[in-house]
Amino acid sequence: MIDIKNLNKKFGKHHVLKDVSVTSKKGECIALVGPNGCGKTTLIKSFLGMVVPDSGSIDFDGKSVLGEYEYRNRIGYMPQIGRYPDNMTIGQVFEMVQEIRQSNHLDKELYDAFKIEQLAHKKMSTLSGGTTQKVSAALAFIFNPEVLILDEPTAGLDPLASEILKEKIVKEKEKGKLVLITSHLLSELDDLVSEIIFMHEGRIEFHKPVQQLKDETQEDKLSRAISKVLKTTSKPLNDE
Amino acid sequence: MNKIIKIIFLDILKSKIIIAYTLMLAILSWSSFVLEDNETKGVLTILNVILFTVPLVSVLFSTIYVYNSSEFVEMLLSQPVKRKKIWIGLFSGLSLSLVLAFLIGSGIPLLVYSPDKVGVMMIVMGSLISVIFASLACLGSIMTRDKAKGIGIAIMLWLYFALIFDGIVLFLLFQLSEYPIENAMVGITTLNPIDLARIQILLELDVSAMMGYTGAVFKKVLGTSSGLMISFALLCLWFVVPFWISLKKFIKKDL
Repeated sequence: MIDIKNLNKKFGKHHVLKDVSVTSKKGECIALVGPNGCGKTTLIKSFLGMVVPDSGSIDFDGKSVLGEYEYRNRIGYMPQIGRYPDNMTIGQVFEMVQEIRQSNHLDKELYDAFKIEQLAHKKMSTLSGGTTQKVSAALAFIFNPEVLILDEPTAGLDPLASEILKEKIVKEKEKGKLVLITSHLLSELDDLVSEIIFMHEGRIEFHKPVQQLKDETQEDKLSRAISKVLKTTSKPLNDE
Repeated sequence: MNKIIKIIFLDILKSKIIIAYTLMLAILSWSSFVLEDNETKGVLTILNVILFTVPLVSVLFSTIYVYNSSEFVEMLLSQPVKRKKIWIGLFSGLSLSLVLAFLIGSGIPLLVYSPDKVGVMMIVMGSLISVIFASLACLGSIMTRDKAKGIGIAIMLWLYFALIFDGIVLFLLFQLSEYPIENAMVGITTLNPIDLARIQILLELDVSAMMGYTGAVFKKVLGTSSGLMISFALLCLWFVVPFWISLKKFIKKDL
């Protein structure tokens, strides 16, 4: 579904993405992991068209997305830090996005589970970080998109909300949607993801099915498997 | 595109600053007509007020609004909206509301007291100046991510066009008074939209005789109907070009 080839991006002198290539298919749930500042968010933002790459191609269902916008109808994006117009209420934000998307096929499950209806009159500027995250999550899921891109979805959510969100992610994945998650909390991803992409300093170190990774490292926990891989590869990584 | 313009337009109309601006223009315009004993004097007073305050408010308000809507722009970008449309929507929404504020604040008293060519000319020029400075604000604010720098650029733009430019022109006039520079003066004037608007209105008011020989040259070049068309086209260029450059930059910007 998503085909990224030889993507390069520089912010000034800082080379954030170095020849990144990723392919993904329907029904996969991919975890994008890696240390802070390794280019995860930049990669996601390039796909969404928020960052313009210097070179390389990004295809979505065989069509390039560079300079396009309609493909975003099929994507739900939950940003790491949701930034919304301060003087709008939650209700207005939902109304506005709905007006832009012109979609009547709404999936209000998260919207209801997070009790957003009761908060609809609140201004975005008065919300706590966690509530803003809930709004972002509900907004990403409500239009029933084919691809879900979640940037640190559970950061800032309370355990209850985070559990609701995880259940929803599993449910959507089982419907055959492509889910892309970035996270630092590897323990949270354990029962969610089917594939894992590890990024380091703008490069993709590996892209493997979770089962293969677990077999190779002979660990049954994702967090342990990754730290084992990191230990064995840490020397060449540090040499750079 | 209409959706985004509508959202931004309604958002700006709700802001207290644009209402205060409308009220201020209304008070200034009505009082200058009431205080001056004849209409021409009233128009001249308003002219100076308009050419001073309208650019200042337009450029500052637009700059601050563009910076404050960065969240809004970011949110729209993850939705199926064309990048071009977001920026065009922002500029159109700003221009529309600034022009509307000007029409309500100054347009009504002008039409009441001076319902002739001069009044209409003033309204057209005031609206154009609003749009031109909104466009310059778009260009200034896309240059830098730093809001404080952006506002600095906006104030410098206004200072340059409203004060410094005239200072330079006066300086040149005195230094080169030995030479026949009248035609060159017309050329230099086109470099400043505020001067262009001022001269166009002064010509309409028939006070150009007070400007001496230069005034006569202005009258000859800009006073004709083709001159009017040219200066109108130049004023349009003054908002099309800066906005077009800012649009090109916005399309390539990383958010």
